[in-house]
Amino acid sequence: MAECHPVGFQWVMEAKKRGATIIHVDPRFTRTSAVADVHVPLRAGSDIAFLGGLIRHVLDNDLWFRDYVIAYTNAPMILREDFRDTEDLDGLFSGFHEDTRHYDPSSWQYEGADVAAAAGQRDQWSTMTADEQIGSRGEKARRASDTDRGEQAGSGGSPFHGTPERDDTLQHPRCVFQVLKRHFARYTPDKVADICGISEAQFLQVADALTSNSGRERTSAFVYAVGWTHHTVGVQYIRSAAILQLLLGNIGRPGGGIMALRGHASIQGSTDIPTLFNILPGYLPMPHAHEHLDLESYISADAGTKGYWGNMDAYAISLLKSWWGDAATAETGYCFDYLPRLTSGHSNYDTVLKQVEGGSEGYFVVGENPAVGTANAKMNRMGLANLKWLVVRDLQMIESATFWQNSPEIESGELRTRDIGTEVFFLPAAAHTEKDGSFTNTQRMLQWHHKAVDPAGDQRSELWFYYHLGRIIRDKLAGSTDPRDRPLLDLTWDYPTTTSPGRPDIAEPDAEAVLAEINGTGPDGPLSSYTELKADGSTRCGCWIYCGAYADGTNQPARRKPGSEQSWVAPEWGWAWPANRRILYNRASADPDGKPWSDRKAYVWWDSEHERWTGHDVPDFQPTKSPTYRPAADAQREDAIGGNEAFIMQADGRAWLHVPAGLTDGPLPAHYEPAESPVPNMLYGQQANPARQVYPHRLNRLSPSGREPGAEIFPYVFTTYRLTEHHTAGGMSRWLPYLSELQPEFFCEVSPALAAERALTHLGWATIITPRGVIEARVLVTERMRPIRVGGRTLHQIGLPYHWGANGLSTGDSANELLPITLDPNVHIQPTKAASCDIRPGRRPTGAARNALVAEYQRRAGITDETGTTAVTGHPGDSRSNGKAGS
Amino acid sequence: MGVRTWIEGWPAYRQMTTNDPLGRGTAVKSDGSRALAPRTVSADRVVKSVCPFCAVGCGQNIYVGDERVTQIEGDPDSPVSRGRLCPKGSASTQLVTSPSRVQTVRYRRPGGSEWEDLELGTAMDMIADRVIETRRRTWQDTDENGVVLRRTLGFASLGGATLDNEENYLMKKLYTALGAVEIENQARI
Repeated sequence: MAECHPVGFQWVMEAKKRGATIIHVDPRFTRTSAVADVHVPLRAGSDIAFLGGLIRHVLDNDLWFRDYVIAYTNAPMILREDFRDTEDLDGLFSGFHEDTRHYDPSSWQYEGADVAAAAGQRDQWSTMTADEQIGSRGEKARRASDTDRGEQAGSGGSPFHGTPERDDTLQHPRCVFQVLKRHFARYTPDKVADICGISEAQFLQVADALTSNSGRERTSAFVYAVGWTHHTVGVQYIRSAAILQLLLGNIGRPGGGIMALRGHASIQGSTDIPTLFNILPGYLPMPHAHEHLDLESYISADAGTKGYWGNMDAYAISLLKSWWGDAATAETGYCFDYLPRLTSGHSNYDTVLKQVEGGSEGYFVVGENPAVGTANAKMNRMGLANLKWLVVRDLQMIESATFWQNSPEIESGELRTRDIGTEVFFLPAAAHTEKDGSFTNTQRMLQWHHKAVDPAGDQRSELWFYYHLGRIIRDKLAGSTDPRDRPLLDLTWDYPTTTSPGRPDIAEPDAEAVLAEINGTGPDGPLSSYTELKADGSTRCGCWIYCGAYADGTNQPARRKPGSEQSWVAPEWGWAWPANRRILYNRASADPDGKPWSDRKAYVWWDSEHERWTGHDVPDFQPTKSPTYRPAADAQREDAIGGNEAFIMQADGRAWLHVPAGLTDGPLPAHYEPAESPVPNMLYGQQANPARQVYPHRLNRLSPSGREPGAEIFPYVFTTYRLTEHHTAGGMSRWLPYLSELQPEFFCEVSPALAAERALTHLGWATIITPRGVIEARVLVTERMRPIRVGGRTLHQIGLPYHWGANGLSTGDSANELLPITLDPNVHIQPTKAASCDIRPGRRPTGAARNALVAEYQRRAGITDETGTTAVTGHPGDSRSNGKAGS
Repeated sequence: MGVRTWIEGWPAYRQMTTNDPLGRGTAVKSDGSRALAPRTVSADRVVKSVCPFCAVGCGQNIYVGDERVTQIEGDPDSPVSRGRLCPKGSASTQLVTSPSRVQTVRYRRPGGSEWEDLELGTAMDMIADRVIETRRRTWQDTDENGVVLRRTLGFASLGGATLDNEENYLMKKLYTALGAVEIENQARI
């Protein structure tokens, strides 16, 4: 955090000054470790074992926050009889289909109910075939009348039905709490130490510090970045932390939480208002292709009947009204049919593979640099070289625009410039100082930046580019009678434009007008809260969670009341979604009766005199709903949330220790080794995440792992990371003289022991090889890296910052040449934090010899396209078929 | 010049006789350095902004002189950053005033070995034509079973994490209306 979010880290230091214990868990010793109380140098890729050990420690030693856990989590819920755990199946959960490498999650459900997920695979049911749905919703089908059954099976039906059975004594052998205890029983301190390469004493030191600082009087916070997400089990890393923090009562409370430190100015915003394939603004799912899919079945497949997702109809219809205006009426189904439908395989890496195979014509690359900035950089470049047309928009002439001139493939002779048919348009972009707009920071806070100066020459904002591109396309298609053009021609696309005295030639769309559309309007003008959204077509809203950002027609993200002039929560600086809440689920900061868990940690509470919620923040609860409110049996949406249920987005009002729906790789986290690992899994026969996505291809080969023959050819683990002085793939840093002087070239970090083992010399060169590629780096021999003992053997780890490419002031090979494309199945994200490699002294070969060296390594390790892609490696035995039978 | 003035002209003398014994302040000023002023003082205006690098969201003050960005400093009012910027944020002035920033459209024709000039308006028109043509050629009304798809997989998009919310909104809206679904972002990477 001190390296990559230095200014945010000042608050960690403030906490330390007040007596907080700072624990840094990271394979590398960094500036954060230097000032932390404890540094845990665990093995890259072993965090679930570490967190699992902490969970076991909390459960076994009765250190969990009983009142919080029983009231606010699903610990008491009872699971179905046919659920099988990794304990039963050697590392698999019930429902795994080896042939298709995916889980049927039906056996993970509660006894007596099916539940929709508030996040994750919210369209999980509707992506199944109709036949699968009939099976997985067997209980519902049994209860439904004959006439209902077919429709429900076809559409997915209502995702929550029935009342989950629960045992508030937590004694039922199938209640989540008991399942959790059994699941983590084998994560003992000695096992954790052996897997993670740390000492038992250090593990216990962390466990004591964490548990003694949690409870009524104290809270602990977890902070993570892509060190936790860039794995084939990335989502389960976060899940592990969520389980631990819920058991300790650290969610929804001040000083608690699990904070994602995101790496780009508006990466949170670009998820909220997504340029992502699978969601629409506000985390509404993109519709999947099904027979007879209409708006009603889209919503009923996904909306809970309980909780705020029960209002998905209002959110979705307001979005459709916002996009298609007067054409979106009840009669036209609010133009739901204008939305394109997903099937499968639309994520970034699917696109890259399709490009390589010639299946894609055009590509817009906007403030991105995949030629050096994305895993398996070579595959990305081969894709770029196989397009009809490419539009690159950036500040500088990045490698993704010049691959046809100077890529490694040109140098090696694999590609020739004149044979590359890609037509490239490079359009210079405007900088943040040259345009109005809002960024959403890592804590969901929108902040407006004002235009300071005009852009030069042809430099333009993306707002300008996309508005005018849309305008030109609409002009060209005006008068078309083709039904496929109706969504374009009916689109609301008449944004006001302005010019500046210095640039009368630039018709810049008014960013505030776009913010107003995102915020939404009703019959009385700008809306002030998502609770005002209606499903009857009377409201428009471009992103329901941002509703209120333009309340009263005022640009709320532009608010800048100095921090020194307001409370410590600083609610009048910028605007945080939703409803300007700074801590989500803050109802959990009070007990079920509405009283703060302690005076010391009071945040929001029930004011019984005035009969409303109050406190330091906007309460994440209906303001006048009493803690004693109990919903009627037929209550729906937010009315079905009891006054003592804090997790208002969830279909059962509770935070989930066990996840009955929404994940593709298991309802609980389990330690799997990284997709490429020289270490065998010491907990289960199952080596890697069985549901990870694999892409067998000659350009994307994987090394053997664990005890497989050939694994010894790639004996080291490497991890990639950022430096303080550079940014991502370098487009915003490698061209800057100050930053390039501070970090002038690519290097690798190795321990003195590894340097001795492989004859690497400080400031000399090293060559690093994986089955995807070979790169060279300057050697930094440092005790910041240290050998660790894992499973009774010594393991060396290598650190690689990943910012470089051939262009700019500071140049070098890209670490992304080494990384594989194999993905977390929930979110389709690549593992950049732990993979296996070899290292040797000296510079890498050039020309054709470069590929020859990679081929030689592949031959020595016996690698084929299929190596490392096996789904099931354990011995689940007969019980696995039980799991299948339950589906 | 009198003797007294002459002696007082020595920085060493001033170090000893004023309260600047280490010679890091007023004692070592010359006529030249006395006349210097920070760029922030002479700015025509200060514009409120946000750092474009990581997601902490530090406040920035943009100093503008003669319609150019002359300096970028941390905003002390921000409850997030309290005036601080990291090395990258502190280098923001170079980011936006970099002489190597590209100012004009560059065009590379298929098989071409050099960049060529292209008018921005022409480029926009050509790009619109490429989109329309690819979309037409690759349009999918239904799958082989007649299930509605209403989309094109002929072109894709990657980007957005340093773009404004308003920009991402127009991107997703336009792409979706075009029927394009392979729309991705740094958030996936």
